[in-house]
Amino acid sequence: MSDKPKIDEISGVETTGHSWDGIEELNTPLPKWWVWTLMATVVWSLGYVVLMPAIPFPGGDGWSYTKGLLGYSQREIVTRQVEANEAALDVYRDQIAALPIEDVQNNDELFQVALASGRSLFGDNCAPCHGSGAQGAVGFPNLNDDDWLWGGTLEDIQVTITHGIRWEADDETRINDMPAFIKDELLSSEEARAVVEFVLQLSEQDHDAALAAEGETIFADQCAMCHGEGGEGVAMMGAPNLTDAIWLFGGDRETIMESVALGRRGQMPAWAGRLSEGDIKELAIYVHSLGGGE
Amino acid sequence: MSKFSHEKFEKNSILLLVGILVMVAIGGLVEIVPLFLVKSTIEKVEGIRPYSPLELEGRQIYVREGCYVCHSQMIRSLRAEVERYGHYSLAAESMYDHPFQWGSRRTGPDLARVGGKYSDDWHRVHMDDPRAVVPESIMPGYPFLAKTPLNYSDLVMRLKANRVAGVPYTDEMIATAVEDLEAQSNPDADWDGLLERYPGAVTRDFDGNPEVISELDALVAYLQMLGTLVDYDVFEPEADGNQR
Repeated sequence: MSDKPKIDEISGVETTGHSWDGIEELNTPLPKWWVWTLMATVVWSLGYVVLMPAIPFPGGDGWSYTKGLLGYSQREIVTRQVEANEAALDVYRDQIAALPIEDVQNNDELFQVALASGRSLFGDNCAPCHGSGAQGAVGFPNLNDDDWLWGGTLEDIQVTITHGIRWEADDETRINDMPAFIKDELLSSEEARAVVEFVLQLSEQDHDAALAAEGETIFADQCAMCHGEGGEGVAMMGAPNLTDAIWLFGGDRETIMESVALGRRGQMPAWAGRLSEGDIKELAIYVHSLGGGE
Repeated sequence: MSKFSHEKFEKNSILLLVGILVMVAIGGLVEIVPLFLVKSTIEKVEGIRPYSPLELEGRQIYVREGCYVCHSQMIRSLRAEVERYGHYSLAAESMYDHPFQWGSRRTGPDLARVGGKYSDDWHRVHMDDPRAVVPESIMPGYPFLAKTPLNYSDLVMRLKANRVAGVPYTDEMIATAVEDLEAQSNPDADWDGLLERYPGAVTRDFDGNPEVISELDALVAYLQMLGTLVDYDVFEPEADGNQR
């Protein structure tokens, strides 16, 4: 290689002097825009390290880091944002929490607020079980109809949401215990079959009249205490009405037999810890408004 | 040639070597040093404990079935997420996860705080057929979980492996692991020892069948404790060690 750089005649670019079969390697530098972009990112990163949280090091309470001149903290920002949002909601929520729930419903402005927030709270917290349209599913009650296990007044609904149903972590949870009549040997299979026929008769379905007559006395002894003498249900006990066509687990012969044999113990979480009192009242008003509120 | 040229590096092997060393050292420092500081990035919060044996086995089923492909366990510190899922996740909450289940995709909702949100009944129905409770769901059903007895013959090994990875399982915990697993989903068991070793563990029959410890028992036990260990009423987001 000579001391003087060779220049390629056609392109006018300096060559490295390496030649293969007469083809010479050009010494083309990186494009200037590329080099400057790289330099700019280096400068940017230095600025970023100075301005933003960057380098962790042990220290202080076992943990520290360079905080940066801007004092930026994602967690602080989100905490502020949530606080601001909560404060905005609290304007109404505090009023709602302070008033008895009937008064909230009678106050037009608060009622509209409760419906709107109740709707979004429902979608987030209740819809997975009760359905996005509150239509329910097998084992999870439909909230649109006027059939209520534990009562459908505003206050009843508020208590149910607050304390849940059979939710052991809550001391005031609503609780009842439908016995497993066959499993716990309270009834023989024959007796249970008779009771099932009577229940089918109560709900005006096809049934064996002779067996049902036999079942009526067993029903009076074993079931009427909770479900009422006519099987019309007792909301205070959370015992469902057996005379209508609304069934939580199913009203056919086989399903009723299963309910009698093994009992039913549906659960609903207590929402007291997760939702504020105002939230719960809003939800109760929304659920009450769905069509079946008493 | 007076101006800087890559030719200098290319023609001087010692200079090239030194250059390479400098570059690799910078890259190495940036990638390796933070690993030594990981411990110090975990918030000091109360309540975080190792998984109970049943929860650990449930977590294993969560991993086996690939739940992480569609569900994340990481509530980011963004308002929309905090409003929907609850308090943003802390590093401390996954400190005993090996490997962590943060996930990278949300085809389904985030599960970081799903614990206690739904009843066991709901989980039972939902695992059997998700569309029975959520008609619009596209999650596959896992009906076999309830029918498959949990195989926990590897339980002690699993606890020991976790201990090697840094989870503080004590000798006592390892010795009582099988006993603790069997007690947690048995409604008639004595839970005192279990609760002393694993405070806040949820103890009940999870799958509606107390006769058998099924895979569903383990999975629901795991799901029902997710995100429930830290008491956010006493957590101070403003404290120096808790800021990011």
